[in-house]
Amino acid sequence: MPVDVAAHFKTRVRQAVSDPDLADTLTRATISLKVKRDVSYAELEGQRLRDETRAMKTYALRHLPALLEQFERNVQQNGGHVHWAEDAAEANRIIEDIAARRDVRKVVKSKSMATEEIHLNRHLEAAGLTCIETDLGEYIIQLAQEIPSHIVAPVIHKRVRDISALFERHLDMPRTMDPQALCAQARSVLRQEFLTADMGVSGCNFAIADTGTVCIVTNEGNGRMVSTLPRVYVAVMGIEKIVPSAPDAFLQYQALARSATGQKFTVYLSMTNGPRRRDDVDGPEEFHVVLLDNGRSRMLADGYGESLMCIRCGACLNVCPVYRQISGHAYGSTYSGPIGAVISPLLAADMAQAKELPYASTLCGACRDACPVQIDLPGQLLSLRRDLVANRSLPWSERKSMQGFAGVMQKETAYARWGGLAGAGTRAAAKLGGGAIRRLPAPLHHWTKSRDMPPFASQSFRQLWARRARTGRWDGQA
Amino acid sequence: MAPAKTLPRPPTKVALFVTCMVDMMYPRVGIAAVELLERCGLEVVFPEGQTCCGQPAFNAGYRAEAVQMAEHFLDVFYPLAEQGAVDAIVAPSGSCSTMTRHFYAQILAEAGRSARREQAQRLAAITFELTEFLVDVLRVRRLPCRYPGKVTYHACCHLLREMQVDAQPRQLLANSGLDFVEMEGREECCGFGGLFAVKNEPISTAMGNAKLDYIEASGADAAVMCDVSCMTHLQGLMQRQGRNCRAVHIAEVLASPADAAGNAGPDAAPEPAADADDAPRPRRWQDIAAD
Repeated sequence: MPVDVAAHFKTRVRQAVSDPDLADTLTRATISLKVKRDVSYAELEGQRLRDETRAMKTYALRHLPALLEQFERNVQQNGGHVHWAEDAAEANRIIEDIAARRDVRKVVKSKSMATEEIHLNRHLEAAGLTCIETDLGEYIIQLAQEIPSHIVAPVIHKRVRDISALFERHLDMPRTMDPQALCAQARSVLRQEFLTADMGVSGCNFAIADTGTVCIVTNEGNGRMVSTLPRVYVAVMGIEKIVPSAPDAFLQYQALARSATGQKFTVYLSMTNGPRRRDDVDGPEEFHVVLLDNGRSRMLADGYGESLMCIRCGACLNVCPVYRQISGHAYGSTYSGPIGAVISPLLAADMAQAKELPYASTLCGACRDACPVQIDLPGQLLSLRRDLVANRSLPWSERKSMQGFAGVMQKETAYARWGGLAGAGTRAAAKLGGGAIRRLPAPLHHWTKSRDMPPFASQSFRQLWARRARTGRWDGQA
Repeated sequence: MAPAKTLPRPPTKVALFVTCMVDMMYPRVGIAAVELLERCGLEVVFPEGQTCCGQPAFNAGYRAEAVQMAEHFLDVFYPLAEQGAVDAIVAPSGSCSTMTRHFYAQILAEAGRSARREQAQRLAAITFELTEFLVDVLRVRRLPCRYPGKVTYHACCHLLREMQVDAQPRQLLANSGLDFVEMEGREECCGFGGLFAVKNEPISTAMGNAKLDYIEASGADAAVMCDVSCMTHLQGLMQRQGRNCRAVHIAEVLASPADAAGNAGPDAAPEPAADADDAPRPRRWQDIAAD
């Protein structure tokens, strides 16, 4: 049963963990990506690349307003248009207006998390336009009417046979287990779409402030078609994607390619400075960049600037043991995995809307070790938990028990008394369970759903210590 | 990898920070830690005011409560260090060591308690996880011991990634005469995660099962680790499923068979003759230091 992204968090998790193949599929795929990433970082001074990328992103964030304005001036000078969108609604309206003004009927899209974030397709389709995703993974997701389950590999949760079933249903293609045949089929369908589209829409992997250049990184070449074939090209760019200059862009490109897929370079890097000039052989007549805030400057103001350094490589997902078990869809949001657990609540109007996500982590820290920018993801999750508690977004009963717990732990006598009571209780329960506790009362009953629990020891360490001090032996025997 | 932390002078007296879980649920682990430290010639002090380090509160976002518990910890341990009554604080836990060594200063600074933060930082400099202390400070290379079966090592996340202690426990296990094997997935989180284990039970269980598969694939009879929290989670799963492996704390393994409490579990190895001596021979740490 697929995960219903609109369901409650607990339901999504239950659906994900009860799928017998999902965790295996994800574990295999993410470990393969992780190994490629590790090999690729070992080829060079990986730690230096991480340090330099972090330093560059830190600089860019500190100078964000100035860099964005410089970028705007340069895009305009190159003949392009820059639009500032405070939120998703404004971004969608801007793009819809551009489409209406240029009489656009069909839109081809290159893979873009920013347009997923603002639900652009839904919006444009409601306005009567046709949107076609042209990245193979996104195309499959669109046929399946799902959302991406991974930042760079949107169909990572699907197996070849799932995809073949989709192609049989939607494209009338006979069943096959040959990924190349599936790819060729999609390619021939998409080729027609490129040639008949009126507008191309992409995201932006990074943008260069001092040249006014939008860069998109793909392996399939669809990004190049989207940005050059149609009459109008619109790039939607999260404001944190700005970098100061070309060398910084290539630094981020290195970090991105190596972290995402273990590649030295991707197959395509498409750079757009502006619309087609008089002697250009191709390129759009009109070039627009939509600068998307949608909660990002609020993140910066609220002390979560660290997470704005994310370059969307997906490396944190590939090492996350939680992600492997529940898949991206269980996060119920555009962004999944560790970075998704941090930014989904922060990009929401109210962080309590996604309050389960910061707790859906063991804080194991594998993500921080994999991150090309060394974002302290566990630290960010801990800060979010702190803020959720401060906003009273968690159950009253939890707060009361935590206060009670802290009270007991501040007095040795209260601690010993509590230990004595809990000890007697757990030993009685263990007696019933034949040595181990098989069932605990709520809210600890969740523990014993799958795990036995040993009782407290009949003598605590401190009691044994006192006995040894008296008698010279732990067992008190002379 | 950060350079190994150590002390300016060889220590003679250490305070045991036993941790609340060991105190109440696994005193045998505390006893094993004391035995190991005493065998190295150290005098062990147990400050009786100690309770819980406050990690459950910190971890769940309850900073004010965590700060209260941090201050209690400092009230108990700081005077001992300040008076020079102990040279180090040692805990049989990577997670609780991380809390006191790493996060105390952060939350106290955030709460504006600068004097307290300074105390926390001074304690952090002399606080160690048990195997880290044995290897990096006492220069112990091996601790001859026995376990009835093959053992593997599970790296607990705080010890591995916050404290970057990993080679130390593995070295002790590899050099001490055990049938030791490394497992694939050693660094994968077991899915405990404190309250996570309860709040997100289905995920926690699925992660734990993935870990059990790694352990079984290694052919080990026991997964050895440096935290009783992860151990309780894994052992609880194994027991419920009737699996053929166990989760054990490293202190119990390294201190076996010299369990002076005489309450070793059924799996504890018989005492080898060489060590069958009920009057413990105090040995200086330098004696053990020889490879």
